Amino acid sequence: MDDLIKYAPALFDGFMENVKLSLMCGVLSLVLGTILVSMRVSPTPVLRAAGTVYVNVVRNTPLTLVLAFSALGLSDTLGLAFSDKPSSNSFWLVVLGLSIYTAAFVCEALRSGINTVPLGQAEAARAIGLTFLQSLRLIILPQAFRAVIAPLGSVMIAMIKNTTVAIAGGYLAESAFVMKDTFDDTGVSIPIFLGLVLAFMAVTLPVGFLTGWLARRLAVAR
Amino acid sequence: MKETLDSTPLVVLDDVNKHFGSLHVLRDINLTISRGEVLVVIGPSGGGKSTLCRAINRLETIDSGTITFDGQPLPKEGRALAQLRSEVGMVFQSFNLFAHKTILENVTLGPIKVRGTGKAQADRRGMELLERVGIGAQAAKYPAQLSGGQQQRVAIARALAMDPKMILFDEPTSALDPEMVQEVLDVMIGLARDGMTMMVVTHEMGFARRAANRVVFMADGQIVEENTPDQFFTNARTDRAKDFLSKILTH
Repeated sequence: MDDLIKYAPALFDGFMENVKLSLMCGVLSLVLGTILVSMRVSPTPVLRAAGTVYVNVVRNTPLTLVLAFSALGLSDTLGLAFSDKPSSNSFWLVVLGLSIYTAAFVCEALRSGINTVPLGQAEAARAIGLTFLQSLRLIILPQAFRAVIAPLGSVMIAMIKNTTVAIAGGYLAESAFVMKDTFDDTGVSIPIFLGLVLAFMAVTLPVGFLTGWLARRLAVAR
Repeated sequence: MKETLDSTPLVVLDDVNKHFGSLHVLRDINLTISRGEVLVVIGPSGGGKSTLCRAINRLETIDSGTITFDGQPLPKEGRALAQLRSEVGMVFQSFNLFAHKTILENVTLGPIKVRGTGKAQADRRGMELLERVGIGAQAAKYPAQLSGGQQQRVAIARALAMDPKMILFDEPTSALDPEMVQEVLDVMIGLARDGMTMMVVTHEMGFARRAANRVVFMADGQIVEENTPDQFFTNARTDRAKDFLSKILTH
């Protein structure tokens, strides 16, 4: 218990990095996932194919490899740099990698949502003269989102927990790494371990409850 | 029945063919719809009536032949097609009101997003149209809260809000409980009286007799017979039509 109290400030700082990563990835993966699903249902075969390839490649690649590629491939080899400061650079590389990864799951959740929207909705949208993008944005996606709020919540919970493998992308400030680092000094400490588990649950449980509640509240009556 | 019809055609179908796989659903369809005309399409199910209706705003593509609307061939895709569809109203069998939008929003969405009408003006006009179809009091509700007949009247108001040159009705009363059919037909008869060009796929003979200028009988993908409603219902020329009428008249 003393260990937990002693190292709590460092662990807390680390945990806040997880929170920051989660917020950035949450926004980016939702945006990217929405773009991807738009591609996957678009009338243009090239876009559909590109979306399908993206999802199947990224979804079936281990996250640690996606992050490693982000750090070693995109940054070290191809010279992609977000910042001169190494820690800041690796923060954004992890955000990029984890968002690219999570977006594939967001896309597939949304696509199953689109499948719940009756075909007649799209036909009615086209029949009043809406373009493909307008019917997607105004009619299809709003109903699809509402149908998959709960599964999207699960995707977000998985993403939040996945921030703990940021070390694979070279980012060393988040809490799981801080914990392992601390164990090198103290030996394995159960209180520290449990403290960190509780911290994650304090974030992920409300995400689950909130999305479950929203799903019931915003359900589209047919 | 209206007496004066503008003679310039609004829709011309010329040798239109369509297949669904091995099924030949439209066979050499030639049909002209004049401005102000109310055309009823009748016939056994699977005969191609709905497909014909949906081909006119290109919800179904065709394999060969041409369809012209207001002098222009139907655009293939993109903005030009969206523009065409905004001028052709459509009322579906299953209403297809936007489930996540209120009744008023259903009616104003097209004018605001497609025509660029201001919200205040679109709301005003939307309320007028909802009053006209008798649903003004329900404007703030969602589609699932309305009866089928009410939903279908909203769908008609939604089509009218675009000031279309024509409205296509694809079996508008077939999904309704019997007691709600008349309220929808009354609105449609009103539209016909006001001179709206209409193509109506229906089995409602009462409507055909009261409002239609012409009846087209379709079976097996072909137009088998065309006539005035009175002639068609009392004195059908083809055996196919007589057979069909004998089946629906016994009800």
